[in-house]
Amino acid sequence: MLIFEHSRKNRRNYSQAPAARPARNNIPDNLKRRSIPLLPEVSEMDTVRHYTRLSQKNFSIDTEFYPLGSCTMKYNPRACNALAMLPQFLSRHPLAPEDTGQGFLACMYELQEILKDVTGMAAVSLTSMAGAQGELIGITMIRAYHEARGDTGRTEVIIPDAAHGTNPATAVMSGYKVIEIPTNRDGDVDMDALKAAVGPRTAGLMLTNPSTLGVFEKKVAEMSRIVHEAGGLLYYDGANLNAVLGKVKPGDMGFDVIHMNLHKTFSTPHGGGGPGAAPVGVADCLLPYLPIPIVAHEQGVYRWLTEKDRPQSIGRLSAHMGNAGVLLRAYIYVRLLGAEGMFRIAEYATLNANYLMAELRKLGFEIAYPDRRASHEFIVTMKEIKDRTGVTAMHLAKRLLDKGFHAPTVYFPLLVPECLLIEPAETESKETLDRFVVAMKEILDEIDTQPEMVKAAPHNMPLRKIDDVKAARELDLVWNPAG
Amino acid sequence: MPFIPHTEEDVAEMLASIGAASIDELFDEIPTELKNGQLTQVPVGMSEMEISRLMYERAQQDGFYLSFIGAGAYEHHIPAAVWQITTRGEFYSSYTPYQAEASQGTLQLLYEYQTMMASLTGMDVSNASLYDGASALAEAALMAVRQHKSSRRILIPQTVHPVYRRVVRTIVRNQAIEVVEVPYDPATGQVTIDQLDQFAQEEFAALIIPQPNFFGVLEQVDMLADWAHDKQSLAIAVVNPTALAMLKPPGEWGRQGADIAVGEGQPLGIPLSSGGPYFGFMACKQELVRQMPGRIIGRTTDLEGKEGFALTLQAREQHIRRSKATSNICTNQGLMVTAATIYMSLLGPEGLYRVAAQSHANTLALVERLEKLPGVKKAFHSPFFHEAVLQLSVPADQVLDKLRAQGVLGGVLLENYYPDLKNMLLICATETKTAEDLDKYTEVLQQALTA
Repeated sequence: MLIFEHSRKNRRNYSQAPAARPARNNIPDNLKRRSIPLLPEVSEMDTVRHYTRLSQKNFSIDTEFYPLGSCTMKYNPRACNALAMLPQFLSRHPLAPEDTGQGFLACMYELQEILKDVTGMAAVSLTSMAGAQGELIGITMIRAYHEARGDTGRTEVIIPDAAHGTNPATAVMSGYKVIEIPTNRDGDVDMDALKAAVGPRTAGLMLTNPSTLGVFEKKVAEMSRIVHEAGGLLYYDGANLNAVLGKVKPGDMGFDVIHMNLHKTFSTPHGGGGPGAAPVGVADCLLPYLPIPIVAHEQGVYRWLTEKDRPQSIGRLSAHMGNAGVLLRAYIYVRLLGAEGMFRIAEYATLNANYLMAELRKLGFEIAYPDRRASHEFIVTMKEIKDRTGVTAMHLAKRLLDKGFHAPTVYFPLLVPECLLIEPAETESKETLDRFVVAMKEILDEIDTQPEMVKAAPHNMPLRKIDDVKAARELDLVWNPAG
Repeated sequence: MPFIPHTEEDVAEMLASIGAASIDELFDEIPTELKNGQLTQVPVGMSEMEISRLMYERAQQDGFYLSFIGAGAYEHHIPAAVWQITTRGEFYSSYTPYQAEASQGTLQLLYEYQTMMASLTGMDVSNASLYDGASALAEAALMAVRQHKSSRRILIPQTVHPVYRRVVRTIVRNQAIEVVEVPYDPATGQVTIDQLDQFAQEEFAALIIPQPNFFGVLEQVDMLADWAHDKQSLAIAVVNPTALAMLKPPGEWGRQGADIAVGEGQPLGIPLSSGGPYFGFMACKQELVRQMPGRIIGRTTDLEGKEGFALTLQAREQHIRRSKATSNICTNQGLMVTAATIYMSLLGPEGLYRVAAQSHANTLALVERLEKLPGVKKAFHSPFFHEAVLQLSVPADQVLDKLRAQGVLGGVLLENYYPDLKNMLLICATETKTAEDLDKYTEVLQQALTA
């Protein structure tokens, strides 16, 4: 039942809006609204019950295990939320003078310094509101770098075929042509293809390392040399930073610009699809182009750097300073961790992934890159199972929902057929992983004994399988009271 | 310390299963020369008690002020239920609703949100939100260029929020789209037909129309939308959602209505929070829906015909289309939209109208009081919504400093954005301000002007 269907004309909450309509109104008649907007007329209790019930139809980290590859669904510590929501932080206007926000700005400055250190970059800007915006910023800075040198012939960005879809979409949105290069049988970038692809038209390479195939790109130093010798720059997609946090710094791998997803590695909430935050780090060569604002610390005072301080900056990407409240949560998280905590994250994320990979292999699941170590994630391919039984990766994913586990990432990366990309994250205990293995074993048995039942999953969810073809064909995007 | 549950026994069993001697061995594919275990800027970890103390101290350092600042982010009362429900773990810690059957709560909420925003803006359809108001405007400009096909130029009045204009430039520049600015009438603070007509012979993909504009002034939106449509340009509205409870919605502007409506969703139950996270909303006409970026939710059924909800039109998006996507966007501000939807449900049409009308009335009352002070006058002679520009006879930056010393944040110095507009303050009084608050401002301003 929709909230609108609970609505009754003239039902209101009396204490949450001004008590009466004020007498003064200077809006000219021709600019006044005549129609009543379709907002529900419900009591506070109706609202609370309705949205509480809706929340209960969701899976969430607080209630289920999410082995969701490349998404790093780790536990979101409660303290990060509680302390970021202190009333002084919430009520501070973004344009309030800097001297009324020194406490907040100190947190932002320290976060910049910590992120610089863990990534090995020369400077960090916090403004980016999502990974894809971080990518846009990075590629825009690469363009600014080439343009400032009068190097205008660089029109191409090289991207491995295993990359996230945002990488090619960002390159095109930034006005570049995408050159896709293949992956070899071991899951590494095909070096001959890279050598053939680079040249005077290369603006840069976008790379995720460890890659979305769940393996560490061993020849990253050589790739860096090849791209740099051709005059291009290296972009690091930080989606998988959790796998190497405290072990390897992107700056040491030769990257010139990176984004890091705070909603993955630094445990800020996914919130059902945002808000994220994706600070961008740069090497010295891109320093002048960093987007503003950036926090500076001068003579004991924190202040925002603006266009005046950074005339070559690519500019601004948000009306204020990005997702400040998300940044505060990440700051609290890194202070809770400290350096010694930071070192352990990659270790335990990697331990969990390799354990789960070993256990699933023992059950008979086919590992896509069996001769490699898992990073913090790994891929199972269901191709043989599908050919034999008709049960697909999607069917298995839906059946997992029935057993109380969120599905792994399915059908990504695109180059492995019928794939499940599985990432357990360091915050899950061995018992949870073992329960997941049991569920996978049960499904494996069900595939043999009752494949049609598996194909028809889910069975235990609030709904059976959703008809998304119908959703696209018979577009129904807003509720119409007339029906 | 990290949030890692493993006991030593667990680790030993797991390593045995893997067949590795140590955790370190799991990193043996990483070349030794790349390994770097040094962190010099990361302090020692804190306990929850210690970090709580630190954050309370920092929050206290920032304190509370009586604020009359608006300029794109507005202080409104947020009912207690909004964030109590929004921060339930099932909303707060859930993932993007790609697995529809495990995400019906978020999906239905987003469908309800789309319905509310489409109606509030008077448009046919809405997406499930974008990053913020400024980036939503940039996306609308890109959308207009994709739709228009022959022109890659956008007309944007200087009465649009100055930072929004910068963000639009940053984002569209990469695609060789030209942004052309339209000056405003210095007497009214509005875009007039005379200013527009200097561009009458040129082709543009879209005209951007703010309502209210950055000065708080109401634009002649019917005239502006018709002007755009007469020359086959799209009309893009950038609007304040609270104001829409009182003001003619973009879908009704001029003969045809605006084609795309965007704006900052923050006034709908999102705390000011130093600038974010907020959310951008975007609504449009039905015929533009396939050009719209961002997530969109559709109502459909399950296998057994039971009503349900799913992400739809995903063929526009990066995870399917990759380099051919309408945008690289792969997020909405889901949690912020959760709060906004609950906010709009709690207020309903009458509550939202009262918030808007009281904000309007408070600003009217404040301007009237301040205008009576010697050395203060209104900068523009036009109707306004809940913000207005005051011209002071003395240096306005010094006045703001004096107000702050009295605990009052007196507004935004316009000169920061418009170098020619000297000693002008942009002020705002929402429904949160009482008559005593308005008196207090009047009193401290009077002292500041005479001292």
